[in-house]
Amino acid sequence: MNRQPVVIIGSGLAGYTVARELRKLDSETALVILSADHGGFYSKPMLSNALGQKKSVDSLLIKDAAQMAADLKAEVRAYANVSAIDPERKQVTVDGAAISYGKLVLALGADPIRLPLEGDGAEAVLSVNNLDDYRRFRAAAEGKKDIAILGAGLIGCEFANDLVAAGYRVDVIDLAPQPLGRLLPPASAAFLQRRLEAAGVRFHLGTTTQRVERSEERFSLSLANGEILAADAVLSAVGLRPRTAMAQAAGLKINRGIVVDRLLLTSADGIYAIGDCAEIEGKVLPFVLPIMQAARALAATLAGQPTPVRYPAMPVVVKTPACPAVVSPPEPGAPGEWLVEEGENGVKALFQGGGTVLGFALLGTAVAEKNALSAQLPAVMG
Amino acid sequence: MKTWQCVVCGYVYDEAQGDVEHGIAAGTRWADVPDSWSCPDCGVAKSDFEMVEV
Repeated sequence: MNRQPVVIIGSGLAGYTVARELRKLDSETALVILSADHGGFYSKPMLSNALGQKKSVDSLLIKDAAQMAADLKAEVRAYANVSAIDPERKQVTVDGAAISYGKLVLALGADPIRLPLEGDGAEAVLSVNNLDDYRRFRAAAEGKKDIAILGAGLIGCEFANDLVAAGYRVDVIDLAPQPLGRLLPPASAAFLQRRLEAAGVRFHLGTTTQRVERSEERFSLSLANGEILAADAVLSAVGLRPRTAMAQAAGLKINRGIVVDRLLLTSADGIYAIGDCAEIEGKVLPFVLPIMQAARALAATLAGQPTPVRYPAMPVVVKTPACPAVVSPPEPGAPGEWLVEEGENGVKALFQGGGTVLGFALLGTAVAEKNALSAQLPAVMG
Repeated sequence: MKTWQCVVCGYVYDEAQGDVEHGIAAGTRWADVPDSWSCPDCGVAKSDFEMVEV
């Protein structure tokens, strides 16, 4: 039995799933969860389709910190300010006091990337990466009509669909020539774009937002292509950057994320990293399925059974009801080509290389083939 | 017939639809879905699922 506690920094899906899986294997070791926010549990994927389901912000909180602490037999510290990690002494500094750990799990998450914008409205551009952010966004959108979204990626498209379904007028701006740029071949992207446009989304592609000015109660966006858009609120959804600063300050090896091996072990003894902050064999995968896989492996490792993480094929479901979509992109740089079969109500795109299916993008009615095709895909990390 | 939602990923289980692809017939009540079933989108086991009624 470990005498020193397992300390988890972060109360998102990664942190709490590690805790829950660990408790299945080890009900004794003291467990401390340090949260930068309220420490309650909620589903982040639900944030981008809550409006369409008529869910209030409060109803998205599934359990508060006290309930989580009771369920997990853990100490959950809300609004904990973790200022430093000392890998030599095996301590973290929390609200100015040192806590010793036996094993430390960094489940720090990621920060939204912010585009450089000019204008006096730039600082009012919102990002949504947690429940409190979402509460601010809903408050800003309440009773309003026009929302501009910077970014036509997965989160941008999901929010756009959710907002038009709830009656908003939505403009989406992206430098890429198509929505979900990195995940779809052009023919599939065109289909998705048409479906979202039919639902009311207005795309402004191949251009960027340069200025956001306040204009009475609203905002005026100036695009590089000369267009001027008016919006009541502006949402930025241009991607995430792993949170690495604290690990870097502690001398841990950093690349794009906090570098870990297959055991999710960082370069420091007894310190692990998981979720959006971690980079495993060069991969940063900020999606639900990789987190669930990694959390199960890490829980076993923490419980004394070193277990390398394995990733099967992990298709990502894009929650755009106007155009159901599931994608499993091929490895970046994998040799092969997209073969696209387009029907009236769906598009099936397979990425084939060396005679096998290496990835897919299924839209509309084609999503029905998800399971059959997933079974053919190679493991992401076998 | 009720509708339930996975608290991890947001997957919706509609009792009227079931999950036919995974052997759960249309009309299967959540209580009757076997414990061996897992969420088709995020892989969470039914016992971890804490489906919430929508």
